[in-house]
Amino acid sequence: MEDIAILGVGMHPWGKWGRNFVEYGTFAAKKALEDAQIEWNEIGFISGAITVRCGYPGYVAGSTMARALGFNGTQVASSYAACASGATALSVARGQILSGACDVALVVGADTTPDGFLSPNDGVRTDDTDWLRFHMVGATNPVYFGLHARRRMELYGATSEDFALVKVKNSKHAVFNENARFNKEYALEDVYSSPVVSDPLRLLEICTTSDGGAAVVVSSLDYARSVGVHDPVRISAIALNTPTYPDSLIDLPYLATDSSVAATPNEVGFKESIGKHVYEEASLGPEDVDVAEVYDLASSMELDWYEQLGFCKPGEAESLLRDGSTSIGGRIPVNPSGGLGAFGEAVPAQAIAQVCELNWQLSQKAGKRQVEGARVGITANQGLFGHGSSVLLRR
Amino acid sequence: MPEETKIRVPAVEGFFTVDNEPHLIGGRYKKSGSYCFPKNLGGSDPNVSDDELEEVLLSRYGKIWSYTNSAYPPPPPFIASEPYEPIVIAAVELEEEKMVVLGQVANGYSVEDLSIGMSVEVDTGLLYEDSEHCYLTWMWRPLPEGSNKDKK
Repeated sequence: MEDIAILGVGMHPWGKWGRNFVEYGTFAAKKALEDAQIEWNEIGFISGAITVRCGYPGYVAGSTMARALGFNGTQVASSYAACASGATALSVARGQILSGACDVALVVGADTTPDGFLSPNDGVRTDDTDWLRFHMVGATNPVYFGLHARRRMELYGATSEDFALVKVKNSKHAVFNENARFNKEYALEDVYSSPVVSDPLRLLEICTTSDGGAAVVVSSLDYARSVGVHDPVRISAIALNTPTYPDSLIDLPYLATDSSVAATPNEVGFKESIGKHVYEEASLGPEDVDVAEVYDLASSMELDWYEQLGFCKPGEAESLLRDGSTSIGGRIPVNPSGGLGAFGEAVPAQAIAQVCELNWQLSQKAGKRQVEGARVGITANQGLFGHGSSVLLRR
Repeated sequence: MPEETKIRVPAVEGFFTVDNEPHLIGGRYKKSGSYCFPKNLGGSDPNVSDDELEEVLLSRYGKIWSYTNSAYPPPPPFIASEPYEPIVIAAVELEEEKMVVLGQVANGYSVEDLSIGMSVEVDTGLLYEDSEHCYLTWMWRPLPEGSNKDKK
Protein backbone atom coordinates (compact mmCIF):
# COMPACT_ATOMS: atom_id res chain seq x y z
CA MET A 1 0.00 0.00 0.00
CA GLU A 2 1.18 3.52 -0.77
CA ASP A 3 2.37 5.86 1.95
CA ILE A 4 0.53 9.01 2.92
CA ALA A 5 2.17 12.22 4.12
CA ILE A 6 1.81 13.96 7.46
CA LEU A 7 1.57 17.69 6.73
CA GLY A 8 0.96 18.90 10.24
CA VAL A 9 0.12 17.89 13.81
CA GLY A 10 -1.34 19.66 16.82
CA MET A 11 -2.30 18.97 20.41
CA HIS A 12 -4.16 20.60 23.25
CA PRO A 13 -2.17 20.00 26.44
CA TRP A 14 -3.44 17.08 28.55
CA GLY A 15 -4.85 17.90 31.98
CA LYS A 16 -8.01 17.92 34.01
CA TRP A 17 -9.35 21.13 32.57
CA GLY A 18 -13.06 20.29 32.88
CA ARG A 19 -14.04 22.16 29.72
CA ASN A 20 -16.00 20.99 26.66
CA PHE A 21 -14.10 18.38 24.63
CA VAL A 22 -14.92 20.34 21.47
CA GLU A 23 -12.66 23.13 22.71
CA TYR A 24 -9.66 20.78 22.96
CA GLY A 25 -10.41 19.22 19.59
CA THR A 26 -10.71 22.47 17.68
CA PHE A 27 -7.62 23.86 19.45
CA ALA A 28 -5.61 20.81 18.31
CA ALA A 29 -7.14 20.92 14.81
CA LYS A 30 -6.25 24.59 14.34
CA LYS A 31 -2.70 23.89 15.52
CA ALA A 32 -2.39 21.02 13.04
CA LEU A 33 -3.76 23.15 10.19
CA GLU A 34 -1.37 25.94 11.12
CA ASP A 35 1.53 23.47 11.29
CA ALA A 36 0.52 22.16 7.84
CA GLN A 37 -0.03 25.66 6.50
CA ILE A 38 -3.36 24.45 5.14
CA GLU A 39 -6.65 26.32 5.38
CA TRP A 40 -9.64 24.50 6.89
CA ASN A 41 -11.52 25.04 3.61
CA GLU A 42 -8.91 22.99 1.74
CA ILE A 43 -9.61 19.88 3.87
CA GLY A 44 -11.55 17.36 1.79
CA PHE A 45 -12.40 14.98 4.60
CA ILE A 46 -12.60 15.24 8.39
CA SER A 47 -12.22 12.02 10.35
CA GLY A 48 -13.36 12.23 13.97
CA ALA A 49 -12.50 9.82 16.78
CA ILE A 50 -15.56 9.32 18.97
CA THR A 51 -15.86 9.86 22.71
CA VAL A 52 -18.66 8.01 24.52
CA ARG A 53 -18.41 10.17 27.64
CA CYS A 54 -19.59 13.53 26.33
CA GLY A 55 -23.12 12.78 25.10
CA TYR A 56 -24.40 12.86 21.54
CA PRO A 57 -21.87 15.45 20.30
CA GLY A 58 -19.19 12.90 21.19
CA TYR A 59 -20.87 10.11 19.17
CA VAL A 60 -20.71 12.30 16.08
CA ALA A 61 -17.28 13.74 16.89
CA GLY A 62 -16.36 14.35 13.23
CA SER A 63 -19.33 16.57 12.49
CA THR A 64 -19.16 18.19 15.93
CA MET A 65 -15.60 19.27 15.18
CA ALA A 66 -16.54 20.25 11.60
CA ARG A 67 -19.30 22.50 12.92
CA ALA A 68 -16.96 24.07 15.47
CA LEU A 69 -14.44 24.76 12.71
CA GLY A 70 -17.26 26.02 10.49
CA PHE A 71 -19.58 23.92 8.31
CA ASN A 72 -18.29 24.16 4.76
CA GLY A 73 -19.69 21.06 3.12
CA THR A 74 -16.60 18.89 3.67
CA GLN A 75 -16.98 15.08 3.83
CA VAL A 76 -17.08 13.61 7.34
CA ALA A 77 -16.98 10.33 9.28
CA SER A 78 -16.66 9.35 12.92
CA SER A 79 -15.03 6.21 14.30
CA TYR A 80 -15.13 4.36 17.60
CA ALA A 81 -12.76 1.57 18.61
CA ALA A 82 -12.25 2.27 22.31
CA CYS A 83 -8.57 3.18 22.89
CA ALA A 84 -7.82 2.46 19.23
CA SER A 85 -10.37 5.05 18.00
CA GLY A 86 -7.74 7.56 16.93
CA ALA A 87 -5.87 5.00 14.82
CA THR A 88 -9.17 3.89 13.28
CA ALA A 89 -10.03 7.49 12.36
CA LEU A 90 -6.56 7.81 10.83
CA SER A 91 -7.08 4.62 8.84
CA VAL A 92 -10.42 5.87 7.53
CA ALA A 93 -8.70 9.06 6.37
CA ARG A 94 -5.93 7.04 4.71
CA GLY A 95 -8.55 5.02 2.84
CA GLN A 96 -10.17 8.19 1.56
CA ILE A 97 -6.82 9.54 0.40
CA LEU A 98 -5.52 6.37 -1.23
CA SER A 99 -8.84 5.73 -2.99
CA GLY A 100 -8.63 9.21 -4.46
CA ALA A 101 -11.80 10.39 -2.71
CA CYS A 102 -9.85 13.29 -1.23
CA ASP A 103 -6.33 14.74 -1.32
CA VAL A 104 -5.98 16.05 2.20
CA ALA A 105 -7.77 15.08 5.42
CA LEU A 106 -7.95 16.22 9.03
CA VAL A 107 -8.03 13.57 11.79
CA VAL A 108 -9.08 14.76 15.23
CA GLY A 109 -9.94 13.28 18.63
CA ALA A 110 -10.63 14.91 21.99
CA ASP A 111 -12.13 13.98 25.33
CA THR A 112 -13.34 15.35 28.63
CA THR A 113 -13.12 12.56 31.20
CA PRO A 114 -14.75 11.94 34.57
CA ASP A 115 -12.63 11.34 37.69
CA GLY A 116 -11.81 7.86 38.88
CA PHE A 117 -12.20 4.53 37.16
CA LEU A 118 -13.63 4.37 33.66
CA SER A 119 -16.94 2.49 33.98
CA PRO A 120 -19.88 1.40 31.83
CA ASN A 121 -22.74 3.70 30.93
CA ASP A 122 -25.73 3.73 33.30
CA GLY A 123 -28.38 1.07 33.05
CA VAL A 124 -28.71 -2.68 33.62
CA ARG A 125 -27.42 -4.85 30.76
CA THR A 126 -27.03 -8.48 31.79
CA ASP A 127 -25.99 -9.42 28.23
CA ASP A 128 -23.13 -6.90 28.11
CA THR A 129 -19.80 -8.36 29.20
CA ASP A 130 -18.51 -4.89 30.08
CA TRP A 131 -21.44 -4.36 32.47
CA LEU A 132 -21.14 -7.89 33.84
CA ARG A 133 -17.43 -7.69 34.65
CA PHE A 134 -18.08 -4.68 36.87
CA HIS A 135 -21.31 -5.91 38.44
CA MET A 136 -20.54 -9.60 39.03
CA VAL A 137 -16.77 -9.48 39.64
CA GLY A 138 -15.72 -5.86 40.29
CA ALA A 139 -13.12 -6.24 37.56
CA THR A 140 -12.02 -2.68 36.77
CA ASN A 141 -9.42 -2.03 34.07
CA PRO A 142 -6.53 -2.02 36.60
CA VAL A 143 -7.65 -5.50 37.73
CA TYR A 144 -6.74 -6.87 34.30
CA PHE A 145 -3.45 -4.93 34.35
CA GLY A 146 -2.69 -6.42 37.77
CA LEU A 147 -3.41 -9.96 36.59
CA HIS A 148 -0.96 -9.62 33.70
CA ALA A 149 1.68 -7.91 35.86
CA ARG A 150 1.51 -10.79 38.38
CA ARG A 151 1.73 -13.26 35.52
CA ARG A 152 4.85 -11.48 34.21
CA MET A 153 6.45 -11.81 37.65
CA GLU A 154 5.69 -15.54 37.63
CA LEU A 155 6.85 -16.21 34.07
CA TYR A 156 9.92 -13.98 33.83
CA GLY A 157 10.82 -13.05 37.37
CA ALA A 158 9.85 -9.42 36.90
CA THR A 159 9.83 -7.43 40.14
CA SER A 160 7.92 -4.48 41.51
CA GLU A 161 11.13 -2.51 41.02
CA ASP A 162 11.10 -3.28 37.29
CA PHE A 163 7.56 -1.94 37.00
CA ALA A 164 8.42 1.14 39.05
CA LEU A 165 11.51 1.81 36.91
CA VAL A 166 9.27 2.13 33.84
CA LYS A 167 7.45 4.97 35.59
CA VAL A 168 10.72 6.57 36.65
CA LYS A 169 12.12 6.43 33.09
CA ASN A 170 8.99 7.84 31.44
CA SER A 171 8.66 10.62 34.00
CA LYS A 172 12.19 11.77 33.05
CA HIS A 173 11.07 11.98 29.42
CA ALA A 174 7.92 13.90 30.33
CA VAL A 175 9.82 16.67 32.07
CA PHE A 176 10.51 18.05 28.58
CA ASN A 177 6.99 17.69 27.21
CA GLU A 178 4.74 20.73 27.58
CA ASN A 179 1.73 18.70 26.37
CA ALA A 180 2.05 16.09 29.13
CA ARG A 181 -0.16 16.44 32.20
CA PHE A 182 2.54 15.40 34.67
CA ASN A 183 6.00 16.94 34.18
CA LYS A 184 7.40 15.85 37.50
CA GLU A 185 10.37 13.51 37.61
CA TYR A 186 9.54 10.62 39.95
CA ALA A 187 12.00 8.52 41.93
CA LEU A 188 11.55 4.88 42.90
CA GLU A 189 10.59 5.96 46.44
CA ASP A 190 7.75 8.10 45.04
CA VAL A 191 6.32 5.07 43.26
CA TYR A 192 6.71 2.83 46.31
CA SER A 193 4.99 5.34 48.55
CA SER A 194 1.94 5.58 46.29
CA PRO A 195 -0.90 3.23 47.31
CA VAL A 196 -1.52 -0.15 45.69
CA VAL A 197 -4.47 -0.04 43.29
CA SER A 198 -4.45 -3.58 41.94
CA ASP A 199 -1.66 -5.69 43.36
CA PRO A 200 1.22 -5.53 42.40
CA LEU A 201 0.55 -2.20 40.67
CA ARG A 202 0.55 1.14 42.44
CA LEU A 203 -1.26 4.39 41.76
CA LEU A 204 1.72 6.02 40.04
CA GLU A 205 2.03 3.01 37.71
CA ILE A 206 -1.53 3.12 36.41
CA CYS A 207 -2.59 5.65 33.86
CA THR A 208 -5.26 8.10 34.96
CA THR A 209 -7.97 9.68 32.81
CA SER A 210 -7.32 13.10 31.32
CA ASP A 211 -8.80 15.80 29.12
CA GLY A 212 -6.93 16.49 25.91
CA GLY A 213 -7.09 16.75 22.15
CA ALA A 214 -4.88 15.79 19.22
CA ALA A 215 -5.10 16.27 15.46
CA VAL A 216 -3.16 15.34 12.34
CA VAL A 217 -3.37 16.69 8.77
CA VAL A 218 -2.58 13.93 6.26
CA SER A 219 -2.47 13.94 2.47
CA SER A 220 -1.42 12.02 -0.59
CA LEU A 221 2.29 12.27 -1.46
CA ASP A 222 1.29 14.06 -4.68
CA TYR A 223 -0.65 16.67 -2.75
CA ALA A 224 2.27 17.11 -0.36
CA ARG A 225 4.59 17.80 -3.33
CA SER A 226 2.05 20.23 -4.80
CA VAL A 227 2.26 22.34 -1.64
CA GLY A 228 6.05 22.17 -1.62
CA VAL A 229 6.56 19.37 0.90
CA HIS A 230 9.03 16.95 -0.68
CA ASP A 231 10.35 15.03 2.33
CA PRO A 232 7.38 14.59 4.69
CA VAL A 233 7.11 12.17 7.57
CA ARG A 234 5.07 9.38 6.00
CA ILE A 235 2.62 6.88 7.37
CA SER A 236 3.68 3.57 5.85
CA ALA A 237 1.37 1.17 7.64
CA ILE A 238 -1.63 1.00 9.95
CA ALA A 239 -2.85 -2.10 11.81
CA LEU A 240 -6.39 -2.43 13.15
CA ASN A 241 -6.24 -6.07 14.23
CA THR A 242 -8.84 -8.24 15.88
CA PRO A 243 -7.65 -11.29 17.82
CA THR A 244 -7.54 -14.78 16.31
CA TYR A 245 -9.62 -17.62 17.78
CA PRO A 246 -8.86 -19.09 20.24
CA ASP A 247 -7.52 -16.08 22.17
CA SER A 248 -6.09 -17.72 25.27
CA LEU A 249 -5.12 -14.57 27.17
CA ILE A 250 -7.78 -13.11 29.48
CA ASP A 251 -8.33 -9.48 28.59
CA LEU A 252 -10.78 -6.73 29.32
CA PRO A 253 -13.77 -6.69 29.20
CA TYR A 254 -14.25 -10.46 29.11
CA LEU A 255 -15.13 -12.84 31.94
CA ALA A 256 -13.30 -15.74 30.31
CA THR A 257 -10.88 -16.58 27.53
CA ASP A 258 -11.81 -18.63 24.51
CA SER A 259 -11.54 -22.36 25.08
CA SER A 260 -8.59 -24.07 23.40
CA VAL A 261 -10.35 -27.45 23.29
CA ALA A 262 -11.16 -27.45 19.57
CA ALA A 263 -8.26 -25.35 18.26
CA THR A 264 -4.72 -24.50 19.30
CA PRO A 265 -3.95 -20.84 20.04
CA ASN A 266 -2.06 -19.10 17.26
CA GLU A 267 1.70 -18.98 17.79
CA VAL A 268 1.52 -15.24 17.23
CA GLY A 269 -0.53 -13.76 20.06
CA PHE A 270 -3.00 -10.92 19.62
CA LYS A 271 -0.69 -8.08 20.60
CA GLU A 272 2.23 -9.59 18.68
CA SER A 273 -0.02 -9.72 15.60
CA ILE A 274 -0.51 -5.95 15.73
CA GLY A 275 3.18 -5.18 15.24
CA LYS A 276 3.58 -8.01 12.76
CA HIS A 277 0.88 -6.48 10.59
CA VAL A 278 2.56 -3.08 10.26
CA TYR A 279 6.03 -4.56 9.81
CA GLU A 280 4.75 -6.65 6.91
CA GLU A 281 2.78 -3.80 5.40
CA ALA A 282 5.83 -1.50 5.54
CA SER A 283 8.34 -4.24 4.60
CA LEU A 284 10.32 -3.40 7.73
CA GLY A 285 11.18 -5.24 10.92
CA PRO A 286 11.69 -4.45 14.60
CA GLU A 287 15.41 -3.96 13.93
CA ASP A 288 14.56 -0.94 11.74
CA VAL A 289 12.64 0.90 14.46
CA ASP A 290 14.34 3.90 16.07
CA VAL A 291 11.60 5.05 18.46
CA ALA A 292 8.28 3.77 19.80
CA GLU A 293 5.20 5.13 21.53
CA VAL A 294 3.37 2.27 23.27
CA TYR A 295 0.23 2.01 25.37
CA ASP A 296 1.46 1.91 28.96
CA LEU A 297 -1.96 1.79 30.60
CA ALA A 298 0.13 0.27 33.38
CA SER A 299 3.92 0.38 33.75
CA SER A 300 4.11 -3.42 33.42
CA MET A 301 2.38 -3.29 30.04
CA GLU A 302 5.20 -1.22 28.57
CA LEU A 303 7.51 -4.18 29.24
CA ASP A 304 5.06 -6.52 27.49
CA TRP A 305 5.11 -4.27 24.41
CA TYR A 306 8.95 -4.45 24.12
CA GLU A 307 8.51 -8.16 23.47
CA GLN A 308 5.26 -7.97 21.54
CA LEU A 309 6.80 -5.47 19.10
CA GLY A 310 9.94 -7.60 18.75
CA PHE A 311 12.48 -5.25 20.39
CA CYS A 312 13.65 -8.23 22.45
CA LYS A 313 12.73 -11.85 23.15
CA PRO A 314 10.08 -12.81 25.71
CA GLY A 315 11.52 -12.43 29.19
CA GLU A 316 14.19 -9.91 28.17
CA ALA A 317 12.21 -6.69 28.57
CA GLU A 318 13.45 -6.05 32.09
CA SER A 319 17.08 -6.15 30.89
CA LEU A 320 16.25 -3.82 28.00
CA LEU A 321 14.74 -1.35 30.46
CA ARG A 322 17.52 -1.63 33.02
CA ASP A 323 20.40 -1.24 30.57
CA GLY A 324 18.92 2.04 29.34
CA SER A 325 18.05 0.83 25.84
CA THR A 326 14.53 2.23 26.07
CA SER A 327 15.50 5.60 27.54
CA ILE A 328 16.17 8.60 25.32
CA GLY A 329 19.80 8.13 24.27
CA GLY A 330 19.44 4.34 24.25
CA ARG A 331 19.15 1.91 21.35
CA ILE A 332 15.34 1.95 21.06
CA PRO A 333 13.76 4.74 23.14
CA VAL A 334 10.18 3.94 24.15
CA ASN A 335 7.66 6.59 25.13
CA PRO A 336 9.87 9.65 24.70
CA SER A 337 6.66 11.69 25.15
CA GLY A 338 6.35 10.34 28.70
CA GLY A 339 3.64 7.90 27.61
CA LEU A 340 0.26 7.41 29.19
CA GLY A 341 1.82 7.49 32.63
CA ALA A 342 2.61 11.17 32.08
CA PHE A 343 -0.44 12.02 30.01
CA GLY A 344 -3.34 10.08 31.46
CA GLU A 345 -5.69 8.73 28.88
CA ALA A 346 -7.93 10.95 26.76
CA VAL A 347 -9.32 7.92 24.92
CA PRO A 348 -10.12 9.15 21.38
CA ALA A 349 -7.13 11.49 21.30
CA GLN A 350 -4.49 9.10 22.59
CA ALA A 351 -3.62 7.10 19.47
CA ILE A 352 -3.48 10.38 17.51
CA ALA A 353 -1.20 11.90 20.17
CA GLN A 354 1.19 8.97 19.67
CA VAL A 355 1.36 9.87 15.96
CA CYS A 356 1.93 13.56 16.82
CA GLU A 357 4.90 12.61 19.01
CA LEU A 358 6.47 10.37 16.40
CA ASN A 359 5.97 13.05 13.75
CA TRP A 360 7.93 15.48 15.93
CA GLN A 361 10.59 12.85 16.57
CA LEU A 362 11.04 11.95 12.88
CA SER A 363 11.09 15.60 11.81
CA GLN A 364 13.68 16.40 14.52
CA LYS A 365 11.34 18.84 16.25
CA ALA A 366 11.10 17.09 19.64
CA GLY A 367 13.38 19.54 21.44
CA LYS A 368 15.02 18.21 24.60
CA ARG A 369 13.35 14.82 24.25
CA GLN A 370 14.65 14.32 20.69
CA VAL A 371 15.73 10.80 19.75
CA GLU A 372 18.79 11.54 17.64
CA GLY A 373 18.56 10.51 14.01
CA ALA A 374 15.17 8.81 14.36
CA ARG A 375 13.81 7.82 10.94
CA VAL A 376 11.38 4.99 11.72
CA GLY A 377 8.81 5.02 14.52
CA ILE A 378 6.05 2.68 15.63
CA THR A 379 2.99 3.16 17.84
CA ALA A 380 1.10 0.40 19.61
CA ASN A 381 -2.22 0.55 21.27
CA GLN A 382 -5.03 -1.70 22.39
CA GLY A 383 -8.67 -0.97 22.97
CA LEU A 384 -11.10 -3.25 24.75
CA PHE A 385 -13.45 -5.59 22.86
CA GLY A 386 -10.64 -6.82 20.58
CA HIS A 387 -9.24 -3.65 19.04
CA GLY A 388 -5.51 -3.52 18.48
CA SER A 389 -3.82 -0.78 16.55
CA SER A 390 -0.39 0.27 15.41
CA VAL A 391 0.90 2.98 13.11
CA LEU A 392 4.29 2.85 11.45
CA LEU A 393 5.86 6.16 10.44
CA ARG A 394 9.07 6.80 8.56
CA ARG A 395 11.04 9.51 6.91
CA MET B 1 -34.29 -9.74 58.40
CA PRO B 2 -31.18 -11.56 59.66
CA GLU B 3 -28.82 -12.70 56.93
CA GLU B 4 -29.32 -16.42 57.52
CA THR B 5 -33.06 -16.22 56.83
CA LYS B 6 -32.74 -14.08 53.71
CA ILE B 7 -33.36 -15.68 50.34
CA ARG B 8 -30.14 -16.46 48.50
CA VAL B 9 -30.37 -15.65 44.79
CA PRO B 10 -27.82 -15.09 42.03
CA ALA B 11 -27.26 -11.38 41.37
CA VAL B 12 -27.86 -12.25 37.70
CA GLU B 13 -29.51 -15.54 36.69
CA GLY B 14 -27.82 -18.05 34.44
CA PHE B 15 -24.15 -17.82 35.45
CA PHE B 16 -23.93 -20.46 38.19
CA THR B 17 -26.03 -22.91 40.17
CA VAL B 18 -26.95 -22.22 43.78
CA ASP B 19 -26.69 -25.51 45.65
CA ASN B 20 -24.27 -27.40 47.88
CA GLU B 21 -21.89 -27.95 44.98
CA PRO B 22 -22.18 -24.82 42.86
CA HIS B 23 -21.11 -24.97 39.23
CA LEU B 24 -20.53 -22.28 36.64
CA ILE B 25 -23.03 -22.57 33.81
CA GLY B 26 -21.28 -22.47 30.47
CA GLY B 27 -21.92 -23.32 26.86
CA ARG B 28 -20.52 -26.24 24.88
CA TYR B 29 -20.58 -26.54 21.12
CA LYS B 30 -21.86 -30.04 20.33
CA LYS B 31 -19.68 -30.77 17.31
CA SER B 32 -16.40 -29.05 18.17
CA GLY B 33 -16.56 -29.79 21.89
CA SER B 34 -15.42 -26.23 22.64
CA TYR B 35 -16.68 -24.31 25.65
CA CYS B 36 -17.61 -20.73 26.46
CA PHE B 37 -18.53 -18.68 29.52
CA PRO B 38 -20.97 -17.13 30.01
CA LYS B 39 -23.06 -19.35 27.78
CA ASN B 40 -25.19 -16.61 26.24
CA LEU B 41 -22.23 -14.50 25.18
CA GLY B 42 -20.51 -17.31 23.28
CA GLY B 43 -16.91 -17.50 22.23
CA SER B 44 -15.28 -16.11 19.10
CA ASP B 45 -14.89 -19.40 17.19
CA PRO B 46 -15.38 -18.64 13.47
CA ASN B 47 -16.17 -22.29 12.69
CA VAL B 48 -19.33 -22.86 14.69
CA SER B 49 -22.02 -21.32 12.50
CA ASP B 50 -23.72 -24.69 12.03
CA ASP B 51 -22.84 -25.97 15.50
CA GLU B 52 -25.35 -26.15 18.28
CA LEU B 53 -24.61 -24.63 21.68
CA GLU B 54 -25.77 -26.65 24.66
CA GLU B 55 -25.84 -25.56 28.28
CA VAL B 56 -23.33 -27.40 30.45
CA LEU B 57 -22.00 -27.21 33.98
CA LEU B 58 -18.28 -26.36 33.91
CA SER B 59 -15.64 -28.08 36.06
CA ARG B 60 -15.83 -27.14 39.72
CA TYR B 61 -12.05 -27.16 40.15
CA GLY B 62 -9.22 -25.26 38.57
CA LYS B 63 -5.81 -23.70 39.13
CA ILE B 64 -5.01 -20.03 39.63
CA TRP B 65 -3.54 -18.54 36.43
CA SER B 66 -3.06 -15.14 38.03
CA TYR B 67 -4.54 -12.99 40.77
CA THR B 68 -4.85 -9.40 41.95
CA ASN B 69 -7.16 -7.21 44.00
CA SER B 70 -9.04 -3.96 43.88
CA ALA B 71 -7.81 -1.86 46.75
CA TYR B 72 -10.31 0.86 45.86
CA PRO B 73 -14.05 0.21 45.53
CA PRO B 74 -14.95 -0.48 41.89
CA PRO B 75 -17.48 1.99 40.45
CA PRO B 76 -21.13 1.11 39.61
CA PRO B 77 -22.57 -1.17 38.42
CA PHE B 78 -20.49 -2.85 41.15
CA ILE B 79 -22.19 -2.44 44.51
CA ALA B 80 -19.43 -1.94 47.05
CA SER B 81 -19.81 -2.83 50.71
CA GLU B 82 -19.53 -0.06 53.26
CA PRO B 83 -17.00 0.07 54.70
CA TYR B 84 -15.31 -1.33 51.63
CA GLU B 85 -13.26 -4.49 52.08
CA PRO B 86 -10.81 -4.84 49.15
CA ILE B 87 -11.98 -7.60 46.84
CA VAL B 88 -9.51 -10.19 45.59
CA ILE B 89 -9.83 -11.47 42.04
CA ALA B 90 -8.37 -14.54 40.38
CA ALA B 91 -8.19 -15.79 36.81
CA VAL B 92 -8.53 -19.55 37.01
CA GLU B 93 -7.55 -22.13 34.43
CA LEU B 94 -10.03 -24.98 33.93
CA GLU B 95 -8.13 -27.98 32.69
CA GLU B 96 -10.88 -29.84 30.88
CA GLU B 97 -12.37 -26.74 29.27
CA LYS B 98 -8.92 -25.27 28.45
CA MET B 99 -10.08 -21.80 29.31
CA VAL B 100 -9.42 -19.16 31.97
CA VAL B 101 -12.35 -17.75 33.93
CA LEU B 102 -12.31 -14.61 36.05
CA GLY B 103 -13.97 -14.36 39.44
CA GLN B 104 -13.73 -12.95 42.92
CA VAL B 105 -11.88 -15.01 45.49
CA ALA B 106 -13.97 -16.15 48.47
CA ASN B 107 -14.17 -13.70 51.34
CA GLY B 108 -11.42 -13.88 53.92
CA TYR B 109 -8.49 -14.36 51.54
CA SER B 110 -5.95 -11.71 50.58
CA VAL B 111 -3.43 -11.70 47.73
CA GLU B 112 -0.77 -12.82 50.21
CA ASP B 113 -2.66 -16.10 50.63
CA LEU B 114 -2.60 -16.88 46.91
CA SER B 115 -0.08 -18.20 44.42
CA ILE B 116 -0.13 -19.07 40.75
CA GLY B 117 -0.94 -22.75 40.28
CA MET B 118 -2.95 -22.99 43.51
CA SER B 119 -6.02 -25.26 43.35
CA VAL B 120 -9.40 -23.65 43.82
CA GLU B 121 -13.05 -24.66 43.66
CA VAL B 122 -16.13 -22.73 42.64
CA ASP B 123 -18.24 -21.44 45.48
CA THR B 124 -20.86 -18.75 45.81
CA GLY B 125 -20.55 -15.68 47.97
CA LEU B 126 -22.34 -12.49 48.89
CA LEU B 127 -22.11 -9.69 46.34
CA TYR B 128 -24.66 -7.35 48.01
CA GLU B 129 -27.94 -7.60 49.92
CA ASP B 130 -31.23 -5.89 50.58
CA SER B 131 -33.80 -6.42 53.36
CA GLU B 132 -34.99 -9.77 51.98
CA HIS B 133 -32.33 -11.15 49.67
CA CYS B 134 -28.68 -12.03 49.58
CA TYR B 135 -27.46 -11.48 46.01
CA LEU B 136 -24.71 -13.92 45.14
CA THR B 137 -21.91 -14.22 42.64
CA TRP B 138 -19.48 -17.04 41.89
CA MET B 139 -16.23 -17.03 43.84
CA TRP B 140 -13.03 -19.07 43.73
CA ARG B 141 -12.24 -20.76 47.04
CA PRO B 142 -8.65 -21.93 47.59
CA LEU B 143 -8.40 -25.62 48.48
CA PRO B 144 -6.19 -26.96 51.25
CA GLU B 145 -2.81 -28.08 49.93
CA GLY B 146 -2.76 -31.74 48.90
CA SER B 147 -6.52 -31.81 48.48
CA ASN B 148 -7.54 -34.61 46.14
CA LYS B 149 -10.41 -32.55 44.76
CA ASP B 150 -8.17 -30.75 42.29
CA LYS B 151 -7.87 -33.93 40.26
CA LYS B 152 -11.60 -34.11 39.57
